Amino acid sequence: MITGLSRLGLALFTICAFFSDRQTGFSQNEVSEREYVFAEDNQQCLKCHSHRIYYFYNDGLGHEVKERMNPYFVIDSTEFYQSNHWNFSCTDCHSMDYRNFPHAGELRMEVKAVCLDCHGGDDTYAKYHFEGVDEEFLKSVHSTKHSEDFTCWMCHNPHSYKINARNNTNIKQTIIYDNNICLSCHADINKYQLISDKINPNVLVKHEWLPNQALHFANVRCIECHAERNDSILVSHNIQTKDKAVKQCVECHSQNSLLMASLYRFQVKESRNKLGFFNASVLSESYIIGANRNYYLNVISIVIFGLVFAGVLFHGILRILKK
Amino acid sequence: MAEKIYFYPVWIRIWHWINAFMFLFLIGTGLSMQYSSPDYPLVRFDLAVTIHNFAGIAVTVCYFIFVIGNLFTANGKFYLLKISEIADQLKKQFYYYTFGIFKHEPAPFPLSENRKFNPLQKVSYIFAMYAFVPIMIISGFGLLFPEVIVSKVFGIGGIHFTDLVHIISGFILSVFMIVHIYFCTIGKTALSNFKSMFTGWH
Repeated sequence: MITGLSRLGLALFTICAFFSDRQTGFSQNEVSEREYVFAEDNQQCLKCHSHRIYYFYNDGLGHEVKERMNPYFVIDSTEFYQSNHWNFSCTDCHSMDYRNFPHAGELRMEVKAVCLDCHGGDDTYAKYHFEGVDEEFLKSVHSTKHSEDFTCWMCHNPHSYKINARNNTNIKQTIIYDNNICLSCHADINKYQLISDKINPNVLVKHEWLPNQALHFANVRCIECHAERNDSILVSHNIQTKDKAVKQCVECHSQNSLLMASLYRFQVKESRNKLGFFNASVLSESYIIGANRNYYLNVISIVIFGLVFAGVLFHGILRILKK
Repeated sequence: MAEKIYFYPVWIRIWHWINAFMFLFLIGTGLSMQYSSPDYPLVRFDLAVTIHNFAGIAVTVCYFIFVIGNLFTANGKFYLLKISEIADQLKKQFYYYTFGIFKHEPAPFPLSENRKFNPLQKVSYIFAMYAFVPIMIISGFGLLFPEVIVSKVFGIGGIHFTDLVHIISGFILSVFMIVHIYFCTIGKTALSNFKSMFTGWH
């Protein structure tokens, strides 16, 4: 049974996700300095493809016709111009023939480029370790259990993708952004069945064993437990089968919390043991029982316990001696 | 002591022992969670959480029994103190425990039908039962239902603040428990006070 509380949690999470996902991972300065050289060019496509309704002149009828756009072909132009591919022309990736309308039927067969087609073997992108990401992905359950139809774009929408874990100082936003990527298939049967004939398992039911489910979902990413950590890439792409998922609470709830090597990896170098708290980088965003114990409180409590034991022992021995 | 006094009616004895054992579980599992480690698990984390939650709920139920019992029975009067007299009484009792007891002086506040606790006992029990246990229960329920906790308190995360309050109160009550058990050995014999809590007769 899904508890009412879990439903409420997921609803709140989804609402937060909707609003937070709209926020850019780039600074305002970075955005305002941009020169959108292809904006005019792209507008030729976006005048139809950024709307639910589009218009065209029908030669046969001899007048303008109003039509509904296929929702899967609608591009959010705001998201696009905030994404990592903001300075692209549509025809950098899509055929030049798309400039003609009506679009030719065979254009549907165009082979779509994937990340490595542009980013592979290029020193400009070396710090992102695209090859390493690809290697990890090829080992993942997404790659091994599915056909080649499972491409980068299944998770990373080329029209809205933006670097998050590396740029965003707000961990909560990163969590929402990354988890939404997983939920875009695992909570949506239409997309899930693009690569599977099965019905997508209910995420809430599958995680019923997890105490404080809503709190976990809002404070850690799915990949914390479901992906193998890799020291050379920032965001692990080797998604494991469910039997290999982290299920031991202490792997996070301990001083050597695995979250320090995953979710807080980028921040962990920045702040260490602020005010004596272990894994202090977590504290500005969250709190993990067992991982955020305080050094000074530990010392004080051991000293007080020691004094109490010593006092009791001393008093007891004196009572026996003075009997 | 000439005559035996019936100090502990059945409801107090049941409350006391359930409370005592639940506290032992809470301290054990609480320490295990606070110092959790994959290499040295005192109690497996998820098991510790379940036991801690169960024991915490049991202590809460016990606490309501304690409060209602003290409101509606004569036992409640033993927890009342006169502010004007308490400082002097505490000094006398403190002197007795630090010096008088070793010189075999008589206890300054011998127990009687009208006095179940000496002044130090009374003050420590009042603080434990009417201050720290309620704080523990409220903060514990906050951690059990973290969605009710406000997100920021005094500039730090609400859950972090609640947990700090919970573990500091837990630590204070653990110290109280150690001292309480030790002072229970100060009776006619080392075990007589423990027996009283089983038989009801002091």
